[in-house]
Amino acid sequence: MIKYERSKGLTDVNTHYCPGCTHGILHKLVAEVLEELNVLDHTVGIASVGCSVFSYEYFNCDFQQAPHGRACALATGVKRVLPDNVVFTYQGDGDLASIGIAETIHAANRGENITVIMANNATYGMTGGQMAPTTLLGQKATTAQDGRNTIQHGNPMHVSEIFATIDRAAYVERVALTDIGNIRKAKKAIKKAFTYQIEKKGFTLIEVVSTCPVNWGMKPREALDWAKEHMIPIYPLGVYKDIEKND
Amino acid sequence: MAKVLMKGNQAIALAAVNAGLDAFFGYPITPQNEVPEYLSKYLNERGKIFVQAESEVAAINMVYGAAGAGARVMTSSSSVGIALKQEGISYIAGAELPALIVSVMRAGPGLGGISPSQADYFQATRGGGNGDYHVVVLAPESIQETVDLIKQGFDIADQYRNPVMVLVDGLIGQMMESVDMDKPVKKRHIEPKTYATTGTKNHEGRNIINSLGLDPYYLEQHNYHLRDKYNEIIKHETQVELINMEKADYVIVAYGTMARISRSAIETLKEKGINVGMIRPITLWPYPKKAFDLIPKDCKGILVTEMSMGQMVDDVMISNKGRHKIAFYGRPGGIVPEPEEIVDAILNYEKWVVEE
Repeated sequence: MIKYERSKGLTDVNTHYCPGCTHGILHKLVAEVLEELNVLDHTVGIASVGCSVFSYEYFNCDFQQAPHGRACALATGVKRVLPDNVVFTYQGDGDLASIGIAETIHAANRGENITVIMANNATYGMTGGQMAPTTLLGQKATTAQDGRNTIQHGNPMHVSEIFATIDRAAYVERVALTDIGNIRKAKKAIKKAFTYQIEKKGFTLIEVVSTCPVNWGMKPREALDWAKEHMIPIYPLGVYKDIEKND
Repeated sequence: MAKVLMKGNQAIALAAVNAGLDAFFGYPITPQNEVPEYLSKYLNERGKIFVQAESEVAAINMVYGAAGAGARVMTSSSSVGIALKQEGISYIAGAELPALIVSVMRAGPGLGGISPSQADYFQATRGGGNGDYHVVVLAPESIQETVDLIKQGFDIADQYRNPVMVLVDGLIGQMMESVDMDKPVKKRHIEPKTYATTGTKNHEGRNIINSLGLDPYYLEQHNYHLRDKYNEIIKHETQVELINMEKADYVIVAYGTMARISRSAIETLKEKGINVGMIRPITLWPYPKKAFDLIPKDCKGILVTEMSMGQMVDDVMISNKGRHKIAFYGRPGGIVPEPEEIVDAILNYEKWVVEE
């Protein structure tokens, strides 16, 4: 009796993600949503640069791999040409909030009918733990060895709060992968975002508080606890924009 | 169709639409602004896609996405803006997507000025993007030729799945000439875009548009494949116009606006009894190296004329293989030389020699 099956939204390969990394969970949630909404056969994903650069190998749909930060520009190009396809980007916080903030904000402002999945792990994972725009104050990074401080580095960037101010953003929610309850909520949020896209309601963004045990120097379990104790207070979870409710 | 009087930038826009342009993504910059302005009207009227992007960087990446989705796509810009597009152009070449890039050159470096210039020859032919890649560069000298090369450019891009640049200077963009918009171009066999990411319900397996190859052996093979493709382009797509080459006392090498100015100089020199030929590269990459084999042995020298401090002169040196003297006459910074200056450069040839 099969109790658990891999989502049809995932390819049958092993990922390159580090042990304990939450990208695996996030991939699974997105894949399950695409499968449940029955849109896999007309979905186009956009991979970013960073740990999720290889996401085109893991999601079982068409994909384009974008230059660093440019995922939402590619997504704009794809969606304008194929308005009836489902188009999503899968980006990290460095890719989106640092080098790609302009592309993302303007895609939102144009109301591009796409879904953005952003993993926020407060670090640059792929390049080895440099400071990200989302790195917490006091959090050590390979390029902020004494920890991030306001004077030298500025404060952590609040992506969901920023995008909630954009008129044409249809749905913005911050979720976390720190425990079962939050993982369930994350899936619900992702499903809502894709549903809004299918209903052509506009730009949707789900910020996902994630972990990076290797670059944080923690065991996977400790990383989940650290995210819960230190990240969520700075990055409060919840719905930041829902055009169905604010109108 | 009868000829119409039209401004260069408008003709670029209309030629692109006539060539079946599906989508345009661009960002304002002088002296090419009429291209997106007219396209915003033409494409909207036809139910096609026009997006004014937030930057040149975003625009070229929208081109990437739309080309990957199977559309006939274009962007246009000028010098400073093309600099910002270089990253995207490298990706588009690496991922083997077709796209047309129009570059209407202004004077540099830096913010420079908005007057016509040819100082982006290196930018176009060498590129500022990373890696071993080439962009086909088409360099028309008139509005008619610009229109014809825009149409050809889309087809070349599709045939080879490679970015193509149409390189003009601000003079061609801003001037008006009579032009036949319906002049037929060579018919090409273009394969259906089976690589496009249109969703798996539309094709076998998954389509992935990508330029990443962390496995060095895979990436090496990809680069060999690109090299083979570039060799095919060199073999089949090199275009050049040869003028008055037999018994030429001197041979001028010039492209675009400088070729037109040099034509006038050649007429004046003929009246003075000096026979001057011209090699006019129409493709700057691939460069028409073989044309230099046709320079008469007893030719007194080559004069390269450019609206820059000398960039194409490098390709002339490579193509000449030390056979003839090379002189260079050019004016930078947005100054367009008078034909008399070219006449004078031939009359005082030795003064301008850069390679004996």
